[in-house]
Amino acid sequence: MGLGIEVAGLTMTYGDLRAVDDVSFSVRPGEFFGLLGPNGAGKTTTLEMMEGLRVPGSGSVRIGDLDPRRRDTDLQRVIGVQLQASSFFERLTVREQIDTFAALYGVPAGRGLALLEQVGLVEKADVRTEDLSGGQKQRLSIACALVHDPEVVFLDEPTAALDPQARRNLWDVLRGLNESGRTVVLTTHYMDEAEALCDRVAIMDAGRVLRLDTPAALVRDLDAPVRISLAPGTLDRDAAVALVGADAVRESPAGLELTTRDPARVLAALAERDALAGLAVRGASLEDVFLSLTGREYRS
Amino acid sequence: MTAFRSLALAMARGFLRDRMAVFFSLVFPLMFLVLFGGLLGGDDAPRPEVVQVGAVPLLDDVSDQERDVVESSLELRKAGDLDVALEDVRQGDAAAAVVQDGDRVVVYFSQADTIVAGTVQGLFQSIVQSANVQATGRPPAYELATERVEDESLETIQFVTPGLLGWAVAMSATFGAATNLVVWRHNGLLRRLRLAPVRTSSVVLARVVVSLLVAAVQAAVFVGLGVTAFGLQLTGSWWLVVPLLLAGTLAFLSVGLLAGSVARTEEGAVGMANFVVLPMAFLSGSFFSLEAAPAWVRGIAEVLPLKWLNEGMLDVMVRGQGVSAVLLPVAMLLAFAGVLTAVASRLFRWDR
Repeated sequence: MGLGIEVAGLTMTYGDLRAVDDVSFSVRPGEFFGLLGPNGAGKTTTLEMMEGLRVPGSGSVRIGDLDPRRRDTDLQRVIGVQLQASSFFERLTVREQIDTFAALYGVPAGRGLALLEQVGLVEKADVRTEDLSGGQKQRLSIACALVHDPEVVFLDEPTAALDPQARRNLWDVLRGLNESGRTVVLTTHYMDEAEALCDRVAIMDAGRVLRLDTPAALVRDLDAPVRISLAPGTLDRDAAVALVGADAVRESPAGLELTTRDPARVLAALAERDALAGLAVRGASLEDVFLSLTGREYRS
Repeated sequence: MTAFRSLALAMARGFLRDRMAVFFSLVFPLMFLVLFGGLLGGDDAPRPEVVQVGAVPLLDDVSDQERDVVESSLELRKAGDLDVALEDVRQGDAAAAVVQDGDRVVVYFSQADTIVAGTVQGLFQSIVQSANVQATGRPPAYELATERVEDESLETIQFVTPGLLGWAVAMSATFGAATNLVVWRHNGLLRRLRLAPVRTSSVVLARVVVSLLVAAVQAAVFVGLGVTAFGLQLTGSWWLVVPLLLAGTLAFLSVGLLAGSVARTEEGAVGMANFVVLPMAFLSGSFFSLEAAPAWVRGIAEVLPLKWLNEGMLDVMVRGQGVSAVLLPVAMLLAFAGVLTAVASRLFRWDR
């Protein structure tokens, strides 16, 4: 169960714009793979070519040994797709939606209820989809994508336009997706989401893949300094500058922020001065990786 | 098969739960049926009112038989004063005033309604003539006998039921296909279905079957209500509306398919469907007969599918015609459906 995906030299141009520019990567069977980048980076176009919704200008995609361009039933039974929009039949209840999708795939209707349970929508089974919240719609959309128990699932920005609480709730559902060895490909423009969910992440910008690795390796390779922030009044500026290992000190109304490549020594020194109250340590994140790769702030 | 059935069920539920759609395909046309059938249904035209001033022996002394004729044609009332009576005529409260002075009968009439004026003059003409013949004491040389023939111009309910039914079917099939297509494209369901192992033919067939069921319900309600409440009299081969409605639904689905392929939003599709269906209903004789319309209007009607549907349904439902009357309309409707579907499929987009 779970199929690998090979993407080779994928290119898509709209007029003069190279929306996707010679993108190659491979997704391992059972992997949770992320395509991360700002809007307009080419993530969705890449995903749509992988799903077979768009014919690539050049390059190829293989899902197992299937070519998605053929869009045949072999492929359709293997892949599950959750689209950016909430694509439902109008005025049907949650249960009717999932049963309809089950029927489209020739799956017994009993499976629908099990999936609603998996995404936490059982108590909403008789509610019309128009009356669901954004997060509930996305969960139903994911349940509909899983109705035929596909080996590969594509999720296009599943948490876009959700509030932070709903986003975290959805992560719990998403984490369970590849427990059974299923391959998952997700696009997102949230750095924290990619870090929290993905085994490996391809960082995309302007149609190209800039880096591809595990989130931890991407951050580690950055060799970025650690930031330590202190609550106001715990230490004065001169004392902070004098600390061994502190590379830079910045003062703001929120307190002092020390930058260091040797956090262990700095923290030990702070402990000696009894200045640990309200202290926070922040390592580099994918945000910093993006900044160092593109030379500009991440705009989601 | 299960895919087709579940799609049809989803569409049918979507329709039945859409109060506006149900209103516009069933209740709204029925309101017109009640309006036309109930308000314009009375078949006797109002009798012109004539004011008799003083004694008019010509009217007062006629035989009983002639009195019946007069009273079935005129509503006589009496007034004492000619000036009052003339004022009534001027105000339009009476069609004419009549006075008799010795052998001379004077009819004062208003020309406001030429038909009423003609009726009143003709009637008094004939009363005076027959009085003259009687005065000679000899039998009349000629006799006029009249007999009524069932004519082509039908009673109101007979005419409006097929026409309004045609309009109702045209509306719901066109709107159903157009909004279905646009909404599904807009919310991404069309793309989602493309990724499912569903044949396009299953999607199309589901839409056709749901629209046919809606048309069947419309026909049943229209005919049922027409017969029971408004005295609609169906002629022998009225069951031939079935092939007509089948072909008509296909033709209007193709109109909706075209509108849905061109329009980008649901509002645009509804507007476009309205823009086509409402003028078409007028030009196809859904609301009133086109017999008195100018030749160019009737020329336009020849290429409108609703005209063929209305014509065919009139022929078989109330004019007593048979199979031969539906062959040309069905052929025209199917040809229309074929051409428009071909055009629509070239303009069709899966995606926004």
